[in-house]
Amino acid sequence: MRVALFVTCVNDAVYPATGIATVELLERLGVTVDFPAGQTCCGQPAFNTGYRRETLPLVRRTLHAFQGYTHVVTPSGSCAAMVRRHYPELAGAAGAELATRTYELTEFLVDVLGVVDVGACFPHRVTYHPSCHGARLLGLGDRAHRLLTAVKGLELVELPGADECCGFGGTFAVKNPQVSTAMGRDKTASALATGAQVLCGADNSCLMHLGGLLRRQDAPLRTLHIAEILNSTEEKPRP
Amino acid sequence: MRRSTTPAHGAAPVHLGMPSFPRAAAEAVHDRTLRANLRHATHTIREKRAGAVAELDDWDRLREAGKRIKDHTLRHLDRYLEQLEEAVTGAGGAVHWAEDAAEANRIVTALVKQTGEREVVKVKSMATQEIGLNEALRAEGIAAYETDLAELIVQLGDDRPSHILVPAIHRNRGEIRDIFADRMGRWGRPAPEGLGDDPRELAEAARLHLREKFLRARVAVSGANFMVAETGTLVVVESEGNGRMCLTLPETLISVVGIEKTVPTWRDLEVFLQTLPRSSTAERMNPYTSMWTGTAAARARDGDGPRTFHLVLLDNGRTGVLADDVGRQALRCIRCSACLNVCPVYERAGGHAYGSVYPGPIGAILSPQLRGIGSDIDASLPYASSLCGACFEVCPVAIDIPEVLVHLRERVADRGGAGRRLEKAAVKAAGWLLDHPGALAAVERTASRTRALLPNRPPGAGAWTAERELPELPPEPFRDWWRKNRT
Repeated sequence: MRVALFVTCVNDAVYPATGIATVELLERLGVTVDFPAGQTCCGQPAFNTGYRRETLPLVRRTLHAFQGYTHVVTPSGSCAAMVRRHYPELAGAAGAELATRTYELTEFLVDVLGVVDVGACFPHRVTYHPSCHGARLLGLGDRAHRLLTAVKGLELVELPGADECCGFGGTFAVKNPQVSTAMGRDKTASALATGAQVLCGADNSCLMHLGGLLRRQDAPLRTLHIAEILNSTEEKPRP
Repeated sequence: MRRSTTPAHGAAPVHLGMPSFPRAAAEAVHDRTLRANLRHATHTIREKRAGAVAELDDWDRLREAGKRIKDHTLRHLDRYLEQLEEAVTGAGGAVHWAEDAAEANRIVTALVKQTGEREVVKVKSMATQEIGLNEALRAEGIAAYETDLAELIVQLGDDRPSHILVPAIHRNRGEIRDIFADRMGRWGRPAPEGLGDDPRELAEAARLHLREKFLRARVAVSGANFMVAETGTLVVVESEGNGRMCLTLPETLISVVGIEKTVPTWRDLEVFLQTLPRSSTAERMNPYTSMWTGTAAARARDGDGPRTFHLVLLDNGRTGVLADDVGRQALRCIRCSACLNVCPVYERAGGHAYGSVYPGPIGAILSPQLRGIGSDIDASLPYASSLCGACFEVCPVAIDIPEVLVHLRERVADRGGAGRRLEKAAVKAAGWLLDHPGALAAVERTASRTRALLPNRPPGAGAWTAERELPELPPEPFRDWWRKNRT
């Protein structure tokens, strides 16, 4: 099977390790991965801030970049939700068509490849924050839990109040910084209380916010994208 | 009714000159008592509601039915309002049409004056708060006594409501005890000596204080949860019974109701009388549901209830909202406040930061539509959300609040203005860069090399770094790794 990786602008510029892990993980599972170089950003930051006109060139660019692929896979629930939820309205039939071909990573693994045990090994105590767009707009449900539970050596601990927003919210994080960080600190406090060593998620923008708070607090907890955990194996472990 | 062209005259006087949401919220976030009160209260109601909703296996269908009934009614609102007017008039009531807050206040003030009374008792009502009726009456020498327990706490405390259903949610019982002990005497019967903060004791103090008002009052002012067009019946749904006292004891009843509260038939109530109590108080059925049809009750043999009934139909920006095909779904709202109780932003910012009698997610889409986006507070409300979608999930009439928020952000961004110039420039610059992958890669490489996000600090960096670290940048962007390793 050949898929296009939609790495997302945040992962491209700030978290390439997540993109690399996604490529290696998919390849390990027998998938051929392409990276259409014309891709940049799905347009969500502009769209959600009220700049619909400025969003449209990015929507057209994204549609063009992923033409011809039956599966477009992205390690971001939020960007996948942007395509699925808003592209039909922003780009008509072409948008609706891309929406049916776009998959968030855990969704692609569980629903399309039909795997839950990806052969990973990660001997750490992990708690998982399900980001809002993946949970509410894509309905990802327990897919991440099933994948993580199957990882060798991984101890998954429940995050209390998991369904509450972490407070990132795109430009919300800088337009309402006090409320955003208040929400984030409640989330990091819950995560710290679990005794986990790793706070895992499927959206690096939420993890950027939570990780930024944790590092400011010098907290004994680091953030890690689920792709990097699933790409960790006994032969090539992710520290 | 004349069609309201500018939806901007609905501002209640108490909220004029409010600071923008981020500024008001920033203060609230640091108020530990407020945060603790709100967290405790919203989490308690949130969990109970989830339980009450989970009991019904047809909740999704009820939700869809409620949405459709409201959409249908709003689409044909002109017709149903005329039917309602005819039915109310036929049942012995008088109907008045108010285009805005000022007109509604003039009508009610004149009606009270006609009775010769100088005081009224009030049933909890969002519409009368929206128009600032109490203040308008006071200016004409008429005292308005709130009789809902929480509204009484707010009124005695010279405070503002901070929640649709639980207006004093920001107060704990110790604070309420102090308000009762200090203030009740100024408004009527004082609180009993040595009042404690036990909820039963507090309720008893309120009961004694209010009973005096109920028995004396000759005029009552109410809102309504629903108006049934086919019969002209108004419905008030409540928990305490104080509303029923107001609706049945006085001789004159004046109800001020937003035009969107109309439903076509009695049968439609069946849906909302299930979804409203479960969504608001997590009850299967609310304790008191009062229904009245004009002055029919008073005219019946041995009849009881008000002998005179006035219905003031309030527009105050609503027809302007109806004209917006995305924004109009806000008018489906049945004021259950489930969206407030699940909102992580409301929980931290508190209701007052929203600068309106309608706080929380629903307020963030209602206030800027009813009042326009001319003020700092109204222009900031559409951004008072992380777009997490918890509100939409619980809304019993399926208002897609995130969708309306983004829609209103477009309105604010289009309007521009001094504060938006930098933002617009940044969006345009980012848009250009993201539409030119070659240039984007060059910027990414430079940023990685210099280990700074951008050569100059991007706008908003200070807001990020006050409490958070910026991420460390990687040695190279993903696209360079790909080029070196996979091509």
